[in-house]
Amino acid sequence: MSRVTQFIFRRRGGKGWHWTDIATWVWLIGGLIIMFGPAVWLALSSFKTPAALAEFPPSILPYVSQQATVQGYDKPLTLFNATMPDGSTRVLAEVRRVGTVAQMVDPKAPAEIIKVNINQRTPVRSVSFSTENYVQPFLHFDFFRYLWNSVFVTVTATVITLVVNSMAAFALSKYEFKGRNAAMLVILATLMVPLSVILVPLYSIISTLGLFNNLWGVILPTVATPTGVFILRQYMLTIPDELIDAARMDKASEWQIYWRIVVPLTAPALAVLAIFSVVWRWNDFLWPLIVLSRRELYTLQVGLNIYSGELNVQWHFILAMTVVTMIPVVLVFIFLQRFITTGIAGTGLK
Amino acid sequence: MGSITLTNVQKSYGAVHVLHDINLDIRAGEFVVFVGPSGCGKSTLLRVIAGLEKITGGELAIDGKRVNEVSAADRGLAMVFQSYALYPHMSVRQNLAFGLENSGMPKAEIAERIGEAARMLEIEQYMERRPGQLSGGQRQRVAIGRAIVRRPTAFLLDEPLSNLDAELRVSTRAEIAALHDRLKSTMIYVTHDQVEAMTLANRIVVMRAGKIEQVGAPLDLYNNPANRFVAGFIGAPHMNFIEGDVVESTGGTVVIKAANGEQFTAPVPLNGVTTGERLSVGIRPQHMGLSETGRGLPAKVRLVEALGSETVIHAEALGQKLLAIVPGQRHLSAGEAITLAYDGAPIHVFGANGQRVN
Repeated sequence: MSRVTQFIFRRRGGKGWHWTDIATWVWLIGGLIIMFGPAVWLALSSFKTPAALAEFPPSILPYVSQQATVQGYDKPLTLFNATMPDGSTRVLAEVRRVGTVAQMVDPKAPAEIIKVNINQRTPVRSVSFSTENYVQPFLHFDFFRYLWNSVFVTVTATVITLVVNSMAAFALSKYEFKGRNAAMLVILATLMVPLSVILVPLYSIISTLGLFNNLWGVILPTVATPTGVFILRQYMLTIPDELIDAARMDKASEWQIYWRIVVPLTAPALAVLAIFSVVWRWNDFLWPLIVLSRRELYTLQVGLNIYSGELNVQWHFILAMTVVTMIPVVLVFIFLQRFITTGIAGTGLK
Repeated sequence: MGSITLTNVQKSYGAVHVLHDINLDIRAGEFVVFVGPSGCGKSTLLRVIAGLEKITGGELAIDGKRVNEVSAADRGLAMVFQSYALYPHMSVRQNLAFGLENSGMPKAEIAERIGEAARMLEIEQYMERRPGQLSGGQRQRVAIGRAIVRRPTAFLLDEPLSNLDAELRVSTRAEIAALHDRLKSTMIYVTHDQVEAMTLANRIVVMRAGKIEQVGAPLDLYNNPANRFVAGFIGAPHMNFIEGDVVESTGGTVVIKAANGEQFTAPVPLNGVTTGERLSVGIRPQHMGLSETGRGLPAKVRLVEALGSETVIHAEALGQKLLAIVPGQRHLSAGEAITLAYDGAPIHVFGANGQRVN
């Protein structure tokens, strides 16, 4: 523990504060807030009641106003801390509000109505997590069916993406053939074409192939990604050609060179692409929304859309389910991110 | 087993000709070294023999069979690469086994061959390590081991010592020579280091600009270089060349006028040399020395390299740079005037076209 504090509190100048120490702290804390603020707010807001979500100004923590049942009143009344004209504060329950004046009663002496200016009172609140935001969707919403669809689409698409893209990258990085650069250029050029441009032709292809309302219709158009081919190709270019020559002298077939030499050595780049692919496929919304129209085929992202009706958006459920859908992506990142920084190629050379 | 014949072998990349009409006959069990300056095509020639590059003309035969169209995998050769090219993600054992597994050999035989190679190369204690955890010399052994387990028709070695430090290079060189004696297989070795070539080879192939300049036993090349290039390349430090025009040629000696106008007499029996012809006379630095009598070539010292057992003198005479190696330690300093003498050993004379004339 002392080493941690020593690490955190060490300063550039040794004793005093150098201006770069301050700049570093400002930069790091600012970055932390910018990066984690929204995620933390989302996670905390997912525990708020619909009333707390509608509150303005919004709060970070999920609060609920305390209520009390007062004799003589049918409904529970909201409790407030009211400042009296003599400066003392009392806990009062609000009966009704007329303009800027609130009519309040003391829960212990409910007979007397006390009039308080609304600026003189603040609600009594306590932090409370409304877990029903999470429980309700699991009970009344086909969450597990959507989860399964999402997992199936993500895993299948990622596996196919890795295999297909690494094969393309292998050919484009390690084989000399006419038109190699042209092929690479064409692949990269497709990066410039946004999904919305090819949406209609893609739809008619999928529809003709009979893949409409089929999870494969979601998977297949996404597996060949120019970004993936590019990342893998650039990485494979760093694998020395001598290794491939050596494998060729060792009687390895082209498939064995690919599968036993190139793929293991490309592991860090494959991990990066796997992370990307999982995040992309998991978060896909537009394309699955178009291809899937039967409820039992919905992926999570499309399924979540159920909560935003035309007239009524159930934010508390959307937020809660958004947190749940984020968990797998975060887990994937945590487990695969160490691969990004590990490069094992090149260690056997020189 | 293991003879390799190259007949008019050519290799070009588009319009760039890398190898021109290579004719070479490598006998079974021979240790042949390809030597030449960088870019001379020696590595390309090795890759052509290996089958990693397709030849664009001529014929290549191994054990009398044409192999132009045979893939690298099926030529039965093994190669040791300059960077060793060990598979970084496999252990030493897996590295050695990879080629054998690919040819579908039974597991027991693979284990036996690996064990034998490991014993021979003394790499048994780190069979489970990855190449990244080995030192340069150990990787080198593994790379050689990977070739040995294949029991190839011939070994191809592409500058295998260039990544080792000087001391290790000398000991590994001796080990490679011992290995060749034991295995008795054909070995083709590429290097730019003429010392490696001289010490290892049965025959040296000197190459320049995609052509073979001369093929011969190390001492043949040293004693009778066919042209000025070979003379300059073989032997360290390199040969002195004194250029000049023939002034007079009488039985047994010629009088040559050097660039700065000075004349000297070369005791060479020359055939068909005519007066006025431009020649260069090659004398190895070992045959130059300091004159005891005061007669000889007046020169000025430029640099002195004292190596302890001998002293290398960089001098200037006749408007040219000359090297002389004298035994023992001499106290000379730059700028000093000395007289260089020639010890009478056979000298080499090359014509204007660079070919030997004596």
